[in-house]
Amino acid sequence: MSAAMQNEGYNFAYLDEGTKRMIRRALLKAVAVPGCQIPFGSREMPLPYGWGTGGIQVTASIVGPEDVLKVIDQGADDTTNAVSIRRFFARVAPGLRTTERTVEASIIQTRHRIPETPLREGQVMVYQVPQPEPLYKLEPRRAETKRLHALADYGLMQVKLYEDIARHGRVGSSYDHPVMVGGRYLMAPSPIPSFDNPKMHMSPALQLFGAGRERRLYAVPPYTDVRSLDFEDHPFVPLRANGTCALCGARDTYLDEMVTDDRGGRLFVCSDTDHCGTKQAEAAA
Amino acid sequence: MSPGDESILDEPILSARNLSLSFGDVRALDEVAIDLWPGEVLAIVGESGSGKSTLLRVLAGEARPDAGAVTYRDTTGTVLDVHNMGEPALRRLARTEWGFVRQDARDGLRMGVSAGGNVGERLMAVGARHYGDIRAEASRWLERVEISPTRIDDRPGLFSGGMRQRLQIARTLVTRPRLVFMDEPTGGLDVSVQARLLDLIRGLVSDLGIAVVLVTHDIAAARLLAHRLVVMRDGRVVEEGLTDRVLDDPRHPYTQLLVSSVLAA
Repeated sequence: MSAAMQNEGYNFAYLDEGTKRMIRRALLKAVAVPGCQIPFGSREMPLPYGWGTGGIQVTASIVGPEDVLKVIDQGADDTTNAVSIRRFFARVAPGLRTTERTVEASIIQTRHRIPETPLREGQVMVYQVPQPEPLYKLEPRRAETKRLHALADYGLMQVKLYEDIARHGRVGSSYDHPVMVGGRYLMAPSPIPSFDNPKMHMSPALQLFGAGRERRLYAVPPYTDVRSLDFEDHPFVPLRANGTCALCGARDTYLDEMVTDDRGGRLFVCSDTDHCGTKQAEAAA
Repeated sequence: MSPGDESILDEPILSARNLSLSFGDVRALDEVAIDLWPGEVLAIVGESGSGKSTLLRVLAGEARPDAGAVTYRDTTGTVLDVHNMGEPALRRLARTEWGFVRQDARDGLRMGVSAGGNVGERLMAVGARHYGDIRAEASRWLERVEISPTRIDDRPGLFSGGMRQRLQIARTLVTRPRLVFMDEPTGGLDVSVQARLLDLIRGLVSDLGIAVVLVTHDIAAARLLAHRLVVMRDGRVVEEGLTDRVLDDPRHPYTQLLVSSVLAA
């Protein structure tokens, strides 16, 4: 990125230092109480709510000039949202390198996916969260859900799973499937597919969650127990389309279905573009 | 209560002493004292505004009195102060040993959740995690309250008023509570539905040996269900005694008025 593309007059990574400190304080609290939603003073960001304001604020608060940032949207590095957030940080954070490679990144901001490449210690996942409250659809009153969390009164969530099985015959939603963190707090994993839920369990990476509009932060520290909710006789099963990636031939990754023509033609491709590209390069070599 | 039942000789399971609560200048409760024995059905009757619903809320720990105390003796025999045991303990009681049947089934049910889910909620809240078992138990309870188990996946919105009330009762009784608070359970239902519901409640309460505090303005419902009657007026207990004694030989002028106001069918 040329120097001319960088915006003058902004503090490093856009946010002022006072705001960063406030967010870091909230993050420390979130890490100390895994899965617990911590309120923070969410700032107005130069992009609309729902486009990742929470994730951007978290990234801006923890990023330094020596970091390497990867941004994905639906698993892809080249979608509008991912490209514009990456460009945003390149413009307001001089020295910061951006990458599309999971293995190179120190911070990975994500919407909808956890990369297929296993994460390692020292990496930080930053999730953009639209709705941090897992009980929101069952209990709209914030004061009441806060109380339910405080008392670990989560029978209600189990009722929703019961309803899912009664109606659809299987446990769970295909995305944002609720998890218990450290055996204590019920947590919304943000809209990642349930396929990715098992990757959160005992992950060596630090996982931070930011909800800008709802003004909540929460975290899963490295090596924390994360269990997807289920029933004894209907265990949690990560959902995956039964297909093969048309580009790299993977049968174990999360797939997107693409419509290729108007005569019903469709094919599956990996949703994680970096992983798929790496696989293709390895096959070609 | 059958004469051979010894539990009636035990200590009361719920006791209230000197309960007072004012809303501004209105004395909603004025030095109220009540005892409830295991397996006993106690009806609180009185006109609107006499403080009977407030009393029920205070007894159930949902409202805090200005003065006085409510104590509950749990299954282990420990006596607990309802308003000072802390919210986690109170909530645990409310979903295990207690139940609350609301006048409007909408307040007691989750309208967006199927009948089976409604009945299963208390089971899941106390730790049931086996879908098949929960569903089987829900189905048994639906049958017990005369709702066809084929409707287990229907939402309460599709049910009639009487069915909703029966569903609420199933949902409350599924964890076999020892003590159930009922606030006008037959209110707003038409007469024939009321009669069936009362019959059902009477059967379940005596089968399960549940102690009930029943708030009602319906003297007929009280006569059918209650062993003992408390008459309230302006936040005070003006008369109490065995149901038949109070209704056949009312002593307080207000009770006499109340009993004489009942329309003979």
